[in-house]
Amino acid sequence: MAIIVDASTRLVVQGLTGSEGSFHGLRNRGYGTQVVAGVTPGKGGQDVEGIPVFDTVEEAVAQTGANASMVFVPARFATDAVYEAVAAGIGTVVCIAEGLPAHEMLRVYNYIRPHGVTMLGPNCPGVLSPGKANVGIIPAEIFREGSIGLVSRSGTLTYQIGHELTQLGLGNSTIVGIGGDPIVGSSFIDILAKFEADPETEHVVMVGEIGGDEEERAAAYIERHMTKPVVAYIAGFTAPPGKTMGHAGAIISGSSGTAQGKKAALEARGIRVGTTPTEAAQLVAELARGG
Amino acid sequence: MDLYEYQGKALFARYGIPVSEGRLATSPAEAYQAAVELGCPVVVKAQVLTGGRGKAGGIKVAETPVEAEQRAREILGLDIRGHVVHKLWIEQASEIAKEYYLSLTFDRGAKKPLFMFTTQGGMDIEQVAEESPEALVKFHVDPFEGFQPYQARRLVYGAGVSDPGEQRQIAAIVGRLYDAFIGCDALLCEVNPLIVTPAGEVRALDSKFTVDDNALYKHSDIAAMRDPEAVPVEERAAHQKGVTYVKLDGEVGILGNGAGLVMSTLDVIALAGGRPANFCDLGGGGDAEGVVDALGVITNDPQVKAIFFNIFGGITRCDEVARGILQALSETSISHPIVVRLDGTNAEEGRRILAEAAPAGLYVEPTMLEAARRAVELAQ
Repeated sequence: MAIIVDASTRLVVQGLTGSEGSFHGLRNRGYGTQVVAGVTPGKGGQDVEGIPVFDTVEEAVAQTGANASMVFVPARFATDAVYEAVAAGIGTVVCIAEGLPAHEMLRVYNYIRPHGVTMLGPNCPGVLSPGKANVGIIPAEIFREGSIGLVSRSGTLTYQIGHELTQLGLGNSTIVGIGGDPIVGSSFIDILAKFEADPETEHVVMVGEIGGDEEERAAAYIERHMTKPVVAYIAGFTAPPGKTMGHAGAIISGSSGTAQGKKAALEARGIRVGTTPTEAAQLVAELARGG
Repeated sequence: MDLYEYQGKALFARYGIPVSEGRLATSPAEAYQAAVELGCPVVVKAQVLTGGRGKAGGIKVAETPVEAEQRAREILGLDIRGHVVHKLWIEQASEIAKEYYLSLTFDRGAKKPLFMFTTQGGMDIEQVAEESPEALVKFHVDPFEGFQPYQARRLVYGAGVSDPGEQRQIAAIVGRLYDAFIGCDALLCEVNPLIVTPAGEVRALDSKFTVDDNALYKHSDIAAMRDPEAVPVEERAAHQKGVTYVKLDGEVGILGNGAGLVMSTLDVIALAGGRPANFCDLGGGGDAEGVVDALGVITNDPQVKAIFFNIFGGITRCDEVARGILQALSETSISHPIVVRLDGTNAEEGRRILAEAAPAGLYVEPTMLEAARRAVELAQ
């Protein structure tokens, strides 16, 4: 099983002919992901190391049966690429591209929801189901197969925690990077619901950070709807208010969005929060071993 | 990007939202001249990208041009929450009968723009929301439906505005604020206070305007409003070199790759009993040049006593980072002790490169936690 991507994923890479797109598209194929097509307007008929390139996503879907898309085009073309994928019937869109204007993303979000599309990103590292499929830029060699679901707003921090889990002999069902922007296609809750429904996932680690109230909402959701144990980690306890910490979404505005507030909200719902990535991994290990 | 009051008001005026006439001044003499041109009384307002100007003595009324000059002398150079006043907005003083509040923001939870309006303006909106939530009227706009006039009526009637003249003017302002919000790719448009004069005229007396950095490529006129002096010198230098840097108030300089990991590194330093001197994200790069630039920015901060390099190689390769560190050390004279932690892609190779070169003052630690403890120890 796993979630979002697996052995049945047939991936089209929008922007496959670009340097980043081809590098990561081929890397994903090397991992075992079925990368069936690329799309670059004007370059239809070409191929990238045997992967056929089409002018439109519609054509790529018709010719190859693609059912998921990875968006690797420059920011100013990215929303158009997402709409095109959805219009072509693609059900899973992973937007690695960063720098999308928030107003555009707001419209994309409100457009995809009623279409039932699962979107990750923008500004995300992608999604990896170890042993099955890798879509995005996550370094798969850090992770191993297992039963822990991992969902995160950050890239390298996810790798850090995955690495800690691996050191402790634990593996993952799926690792999901939802992205560090203020508006992203999937929330923690969307992904938590998928993990709850996934028979392969037994425990979940949620890696949050300062800004917004996604973690607080997730805390309420976990308490009400999840039977599987969840451990959390929050980054940004030392971040000062009013300063953007790298991610566009990681800014403390006024009294809301602090790491302290998120930790308190999670703990009030009985969710354990690790103070360091190491401790978060150890908490999961305790749960996994305690059964 | 946050805009100054006067810049936000210029955008308000462009979209037809009434504002008072004013002039920008950067010296007491210019303030005098502005007061002469505008006619007294005037208000002398500090232009800083932070709140609490009034309480800090950054807003003062002047009855004569000489007094405006005097007030300008007092306010220029004032430090308001770490922001030094370099610019003043001199504005015709307004008679105020009522103070309302109107804003349009991005509601990250609902994923829709959110209007907020209350007749209890002029004060902290969080306080209104807490103490009398029923007085704060909220309305989400569907981004596909866009603004419709009934939404403005909901706000105006909902907040209990009874005067027909006010109702009409505020409803118009609400629509124009939406146009400004969309037209400028704003993340926040706030009018606090939205005043009613004794003559019944509604006007924006202040502005808070934040524009999405990712959309600035569509708005060259707004992008040109950026004041390089508004960010600290060292942050400016870092941005020019493509390094994300935020100055903090500690002794341990931090360098890492990826925003989340760097935030986490700051926390771990604090847990180890130290204080982070900065947030510095190399991004996906981590090549020699990037490392040299970032080290330069960090060591420029005289408070820094030790440096902690925390790298988790994904796309970034640890051997490249190791070579970058050695190159930086050979090109520049850095006397600070440096603690390095490398993990992930090619980490063993990276550690081997550092161990072989073994430069003085460089410590390689196996885990993030151990490295943090060592860096804190060395900074003491």
